[in-house]
Amino acid sequence: MSTALKASEKPDPIKAEVSEEVVVTVPEPSVFSNFAPTRQQIGGIGMAVLSLTVGILLWHIVTAVNLDFYINFSNVPSPAKVFFAFYDHIQTSIFWTHIGVSMRRILISYSLAAVLGIAIGLIMGRSRIARAFIMPYIEVVRPIPAVAWIPLAILMWPTEESSIIYITFLGALFPIVLNTLHGAEQTPEVLVRAVQSLGASKFNVFVHVVIPAALPSIAAGLAIGMGVSWFSLLAGEIISGQYGIGYFTWDAYSLINYQDIVVGMLVIGALGTGCTAAVKLMTKPMLKWQKRTR
Amino acid sequence: MLDVLKFKAPQGAGDHGKGQVDINEVTITFGKGNDLYQAVETTSISIKAGEFVCILGPSGCGKSTLLNSIAGYVEPTTGEVTVDGEIVDGPSPDRGMVFQQYSLLPWKTVYENVAFGPKMAGHSRTEAGSIANTFLGLVGLKKFGSRYPSELSGGMQQRVGIARALANYPSVLLMDEPFGALDAQTRLMMQESLLEIWQKFGITVVFVTHDVDEAVFLADRVLIMSAAPGRIIEDLKVNLPRPRTTDLAATSEYMTARQFCLDTIKSESRKAFAEQNK
Repeated sequence: MSTALKASEKPDPIKAEVSEEVVVTVPEPSVFSNFAPTRQQIGGIGMAVLSLTVGILLWHIVTAVNLDFYINFSNVPSPAKVFFAFYDHIQTSIFWTHIGVSMRRILISYSLAAVLGIAIGLIMGRSRIARAFIMPYIEVVRPIPAVAWIPLAILMWPTEESSIIYITFLGALFPIVLNTLHGAEQTPEVLVRAVQSLGASKFNVFVHVVIPAALPSIAAGLAIGMGVSWFSLLAGEIISGQYGIGYFTWDAYSLINYQDIVVGMLVIGALGTGCTAAVKLMTKPMLKWQKRTR
Repeated sequence: MLDVLKFKAPQGAGDHGKGQVDINEVTITFGKGNDLYQAVETTSISIKAGEFVCILGPSGCGKSTLLNSIAGYVEPTTGEVTVDGEIVDGPSPDRGMVFQQYSLLPWKTVYENVAFGPKMAGHSRTEAGSIANTFLGLVGLKKFGSRYPSELSGGMQQRVGIARALANYPSVLLMDEPFGALDAQTRLMMQESLLEIWQKFGITVVFVTHDVDEAVFLADRVLIMSAAPGRIIEDLKVNLPRPRTTDLAATSEYMTARQFCLDTIKSESRKAFAEQNK
């Protein structure tokens, strides 16, 4: 945001009341000001580039000299090897199939978890009976890591695909439910009363107060859920399945393609980061009112 | 600050003879068994339509609880509250409420906040919008309609809160220490503005405060509550001329009324202290 706006948002506390009518003349900040990097941001990017370059350089050195000092680097591929392996892979269709299959699994399980998780969380947040009934299941099931579900999931579900989707779904579900619940419980009572006095029905209280009040928590839950769903997906793909970026990574280990392990790891990291960024981008417009508070 | 003089009161406002509030033998207790807590002791009040009544009392005396029972948020344990003869059994847009804390919906713009009530009442989007603009104009904030509440000062937010309550054309306006969080100058301006609005609309106002000056300056009648459990111990008529301005504070009539309230409150607060130290 431009400094002009900041100055107008924080008027001199003593003169605040007097100057309030004058504030109107402050121009709205340009849309482009969001994208024009400030000097601070440029400095931040420069520092990040420098820090990563140092890291890659160190990685190169330890692999070049085959450092073996407690940690063994002799089997670790060099950055150049990893880069060329990656370059070769992106030209094969099978590599894209692995990525596509993983993305499809994430999309299906995450969408299911988001819809169900938000619904369950909201209902639990506003109904004591629903909360008392559902909470024990959450307490019992939540501490079981996704990996521990794999054997049973394979036995339960008709296909490997469905068991992987189930595990991924389960991973995303709990953070979304719990964050939504937390948000719905935080509904300020004064706002509920205020809209009741304006003629709002129970349904309207839910739509206009409970859900918007929970949105920041829901958005946080969705972002955390995306991270956990990738974690669960990888666990599922490593142990079962013939496709997926997790399978690709584990397969590279079995086939002694060490550079491919690192390619897989880096792609997983990038996909996870990309998906979480996409979630944040999608939830951002819903929190427009909150951004202006700061 | 206010455009009340330019504002044309909507049809049906003022002198409609509605807004008679009766509190009949009301007691309010919370909790059960050992946690039983009596907030309001047997209280009966009759407030005439169009009257400006302040409920004044030491903090924690149950004055907000009493107001909440008129609003319909709290059900009296015994007795009943009626407005124009009808028993209060829940919140209603006919009894507008202005809270101490800022209670605008932070995710709606100022304009949407004021248009919310009319929309709930079944007005179309355009009708609700024009009502919202009318009332934002009344409190001098038309230009700020597209802002979010967090972008406004405390005083401006409370003006929006008043506009929002009035947009439903209530017969009673309930106010729970609405200016308590404002600085002294803003508070004075808001008090004068409120009186202008009240005179324009002729609606009943029940105003809860712990500020003696505020009560005497605003009210036709000051009801003084005892320390908890609260009950009305004094019913003071304030016969100061209207329209009132801040100059009033220098007159001897004002001083007398103020001193009376102060003395009553002081002895009540002492009793409360003694009770707590037992």
